[in-house]
Amino acid sequence: MRTLILALAATLALAVVSVFVGVSDVSIPSLLAGGIDSRAMEVLLISRVPRTLALVLAGASMAIAGLVMQMVVRNRFVEPSTTGTTESAALGFLVVTLLAPGWPLMAKMGVSALFALGGTALFLRVLRAVPLRDVLLVPLVGIMLGGIIGALTAFIAYRANLMASMLAWNMGDFSGVLRGRYELLWIGLVCCVAAYIAADRFTVAGMGKDFTTNLGLNYQRVMMLGLVIVSLVSAVVLVSVGSIPFLGLIVPNLVSLMIGDNMRRTVPWVAVGGAGMVLACDIAGRLIRFPYEIPIAVVMGVVGSAMFLYLLLRTPRGAS
Amino acid sequence: MIVTSNVTKNYGASCVVDGVSLKLPQGGITSIIGPNGAGKSTLLSMVSRLMAMDKGTVTVGGLDVTTAPSDELARRMSILRQDNHMTARLTVRDLVSFGRYPYSKGRLTVADKAHIDRAIDYLDLGDLSGRFLDELSGGQRQRAFVAMVLAQDTDYVLLDEPLNNLDMRHAMGMMKLMRQAANELGKTIVLVLHDINFASWYSDHIVAMKHGKVAAQGSASEMIRPDVLSGIYEMDIKVHEIGGQLISVYYG
Repeated sequence: MRTLILALAATLALAVVSVFVGVSDVSIPSLLAGGIDSRAMEVLLISRVPRTLALVLAGASMAIAGLVMQMVVRNRFVEPSTTGTTESAALGFLVVTLLAPGWPLMAKMGVSALFALGGTALFLRVLRAVPLRDVLLVPLVGIMLGGIIGALTAFIAYRANLMASMLAWNMGDFSGVLRGRYELLWIGLVCCVAAYIAADRFTVAGMGKDFTTNLGLNYQRVMMLGLVIVSLVSAVVLVSVGSIPFLGLIVPNLVSLMIGDNMRRTVPWVAVGGAGMVLACDIAGRLIRFPYEIPIAVVMGVVGSAMFLYLLLRTPRGAS
Repeated sequence: MIVTSNVTKNYGASCVVDGVSLKLPQGGITSIIGPNGAGKSTLLSMVSRLMAMDKGTVTVGGLDVTTAPSDELARRMSILRQDNHMTARLTVRDLVSFGRYPYSKGRLTVADKAHIDRAIDYLDLGDLSGRFLDELSGGQRQRAFVAMVLAQDTDYVLLDEPLNNLDMRHAMGMMKLMRQAANELGKTIVLVLHDINFASWYSDHIVAMKHGKVAAQGSASEMIRPDVLSGIYEMDIKVHEIGGQLISVYYG
C-alpha cells in the first residue's frame, strides 16, 4: 500500500511536469503574472491540461485493457495490438468514416468498438483451431491476424485516399490533443472502474475454465465482459490519440512479476503504472528534439520492444 | 447421493462413456478405478458439469447438474481435475481464498477466513501460504489446489487423481485427510485413483470402469479379488491380506 502511494505520487509529479513542458511559456510565474485571461492560462486550459489528462486516461486504460486480455486469454503476451483488436478497431473506424462521415465521433467510436470485438472474437476462434497452444504461438497468431486485417484496412484506405488518416490512427500521438477532442477517453476510465469491480471474476477466469465453473461462475459471460472492456478501450484510444504499442503488454507483466496476478491488487498498480509510463514517454518525446516532437508511438515502440525482449528472454521460468 | 442415469459421451465415432448408470452412496469415500482410457475422468467431468454429456442425466444431492444454477452447485459440490495448468501467478493463500468465492463473491467474512486458515493448516501449507504457485513443487501445488477445494466446504468433493505428484508421505496424508473429512464432516468424496492399494485401504465403495462402462462395483472386499481385478486390468494380479488389509501385487 505504501509503495502504491509512492508510485501514485511519482505519476502525479510526472503529470505536473507534463503540464509545464512545451514551446509556449507556461510556468507558475507567467500564470500568476497574466491572471485568468492571459495567453499562458489559455494554453494551459485548452492544450496542456487536456493533453496531460489524455495521457493519464489513455495510459491507464490501455494498460488495464492489456491486463484484462491477459487474464481472459490466459497468456502473458497478448494485448490489443497482438490480438488483432487494435487493427480491427482501425478497420471499423475507416469503414464508418467512409460510409457515414457525418456521424458524431461517439457513434463512430461505437462502430470501431464493435469491429474490435468482432476481430477479437475471430482471434479466439482461430486460436481454438490451432492445435498447439504454445505460449508464444498465441501472440504470433494474433500478430498475423492483425497483419491481415491491417492490410485490408490499408487497401481500402489507399483506394479511398485516406492513407494519411490511417497512418495517424496507427501512430499514437498526443500533440493534437485539445480541449473538446479528447473527452471520449473518459470512457476508458469507466472501463478501468468496471475492471476493478469485476476484478475477482477476471482472476477466477484467469485460473481456467474448469476452476471458473467449479466456483459457480459462467466462464463465457466473464470472457465476454472482458472482451467488451478491451474492445471499448482499444476503440476509444484509437479514435482519440491513435494506437500505443506495447503498453498493455509491459505494464501488466512488470506488475505481475512484482505482486502476482490477483487482480483485486494489481488493477490500481497497472492503472498507475500505465499512466506513469505514457507520461514519461510523452515527456521524453517532447524533450528529445525540442522544440519538435517525436510521436509517443515511436518512443513507446523503442522502450517497449526492449522491455518486451527482456520479458521474452526470461520466459522459461513461470510464464507457461 | 450422486445418481447418474445412462450418461454417454462420444468423441467422434468412439464412445468414451457408454450409458453409465450409477448410484453413489451418500457419505464416505467412493473410488473409481480402471485402466487408462476407461472413461473415469470423463465421467467425473460430466458429473461435475465441467463437460456437457451427449445423453443422460446426473443429479447431485437432488440437483440436476445441467439445469441447476451453477453458483448453487458450487456450494454443494467441488471438483478438482488432474493436470491443472495455472498461468495466473497467485499466492497459495489467494488461491485457497478463492475457494470461498461461491459464498463471499470476493468479500471475505470472518467465517470465510476461518475456513481458509483451516484448509491451509489441514494441508500443512502454513509456511508456504505467501509463496506464489509457480515457485512451488508439483506436490506442493497439488496440495494447494486440494486446500482450495476444502475451503469450498461442499458436501460433495470430487477429485481426479488427487495423489498425482505426491510422495508417499503426502499421498498417505491426503487419503487420511479424505477419510477424516468423510468420517467427521460427513462429506461424500469421489476419487479417481490409479493406485488400487490406496483404493483398497481407504474406500467404502469402489467402482471399476472399462471401455466406458461400469465393469464392477462393490465394497473393497468384493472388488479387491484376483479374478475381478485381473478381468478389469487384463493382467495377472495377486491379492494378499496383510494386517487385515487387501493388498494387490502386480509387479512382475
